[in-house]
Amino acid sequence: MNPKIADKVATTVLYIISGIIIIILASLLGYILFQGVPHISWHFLTSPAQSFEAGGGIGVQLFNSFYLLVLAMLISTPISLGAGIYLSEYAKKNWLTDAIRTSIEILSSLPSVVVGLFGFLIFVLQFKFGFSILSGALALTVFNLPLLTRNVEDSLRGVSDEQREAGLALGLSRWETVLHVVIPEALPGIITGMILGAGRVFGEAAALIYTAGQSAPALDFTNWNPANIASPLNPFRPAETLAVHIWKINSEGIQPDAVAVSAGASAVLVIAVLIFNLSARYFGNRLFKKMTAA
Amino acid sequence: MAEAQKIITSSDVHLFYGKFEALKGINLDFNQHEITALIGPSGCGKSTYLRTLNRMNDLIPDVTITGTISLRGQNIYAPSEDVVQLRKQVGMVFQQPNPFPFSIYENVIYGLRLAGVKDKRELDEAVETSLKQAAIWDEVKDHLHDSALSLSGGQQQRVCIARVLAVKPDVILLDEPTSALDPISSTQIENMLLGLRDQYTIILVTHSMHQASRISDKTAFFLTGNLIEFADTKQMFLNPKEKETEDYITGRFG
Repeated sequence: MNPKIADKVATTVLYIISGIIIIILASLLGYILFQGVPHISWHFLTSPAQSFEAGGGIGVQLFNSFYLLVLAMLISTPISLGAGIYLSEYAKKNWLTDAIRTSIEILSSLPSVVVGLFGFLIFVLQFKFGFSILSGALALTVFNLPLLTRNVEDSLRGVSDEQREAGLALGLSRWETVLHVVIPEALPGIITGMILGAGRVFGEAAALIYTAGQSAPALDFTNWNPANIASPLNPFRPAETLAVHIWKINSEGIQPDAVAVSAGASAVLVIAVLIFNLSARYFGNRLFKKMTAA
Repeated sequence: MAEAQKIITSSDVHLFYGKFEALKGINLDFNQHEITALIGPSGCGKSTYLRTLNRMNDLIPDVTITGTISLRGQNIYAPSEDVVQLRKQVGMVFQQPNPFPFSIYENVIYGLRLAGVKDKRELDEAVETSLKQAAIWDEVKDHLHDSALSLSGGQQQRVCIARVLAVKPDVILLDEPTSALDPISSTQIENMLLGLRDQYTIILVTHSMHQASRISDKTAFFLTGNLIEFADTKQMFLNPKEKETEDYITGRFG
């Protein structure tokens, strides 16, 4: 075939394939939003769920999702930063670091339901944390850690060795070079990865069903004493999240308006994840611009 | 001229990358306040040798170095040597301009700031002095807080030199500092280096015979890991002792 025609054919085929992907994604998103958005109201977002009657909201679940997310990120961010810095800046190439990398890769491809069962056996039963926010946050950490670590390592590796040499040649110690030269340059990538990871955690259900539990007891939003069982901050209370709620309503919901609640909750979830993704881009770009441009 | 004072002496320096011997016993001394050019074909070991002088080769795994290199009589490979301190005394400029992705101002004072200098006046002064020494003050003084990455390659390289000068080293190593730059930028940097000679000892790796002959006081010719000839630049270029040197300088190989 003549190269010009071949080029045209290839371009057309690629356009069609990308078109198909966009259509699938757009119709999926459109369907969820179209079905769900009409049910979203201030009342829906703030009131507790109903088990048997219509008119329930997702207030508690929404709060649980955010609380779990914050806890999970609080635990996994420092660990992934440490591991990523070690792997990228300090680790020598030997069997040990190879083993660590392989483990991280295997861990990152673990199905989340397996992570959930692992969390159930270890955190819920062995450590006796019960179905609780803490068990859920730890399970989410297991789920999220490999990808975050990988992201930190890749972002740091993306910084050219010339920058490291510049720092060292200036009389900075290795740690100072990492801290003041390499990390600032890698920061946009690291933050983007963190926010995307947060989005993934926010939408996670399978890892939480057996760890954070499937019930959302009514919370007293005036009680901020973490030791009190009715307090929203108590890390040892069971906490059904938005994603788990959607799953539960669809599998065993007996509310008369189950379909509407599930549609509304799905729309809220999708919108939240969209916000995470868009803000990841926005903050990543802004940070990069701030650090590189005039 | 009075007998110049030696600042760096190296004797019998061997360097191995794994089993490969990249430097085969280099004996070379540098005088204070002189510019020494290291020349030779690619892979001859001149850059490798340059990087032994501030121990940048330590970063490469599997490198073994034997022999002694002394700065002001003190062996820099002694176990007690503080490498961080050494690199403050022996600054380095690289082939590719490598400013940090911060403002010009931050780039220049980065070393000082991390060394704990907080006084704004002192920092401002260091920025102005260093940028003037690096002959770029007039071009950037009105936008010191713009990103250093917005500058041209030649300007970036001079900011990198200013960054090194701000730390007040005794010796400045330059690894082909102008090979990535256009001829006008190169000339600017050459003139600037000539201006710095009175205060610093400069050791320069270059592929440009023109550059070596124009600005250096002494020249060392390397070939396959050996130091072939070391002499006053004028003498070496007019009247080289060794056949290999002559061949290289006149462009018969390399």
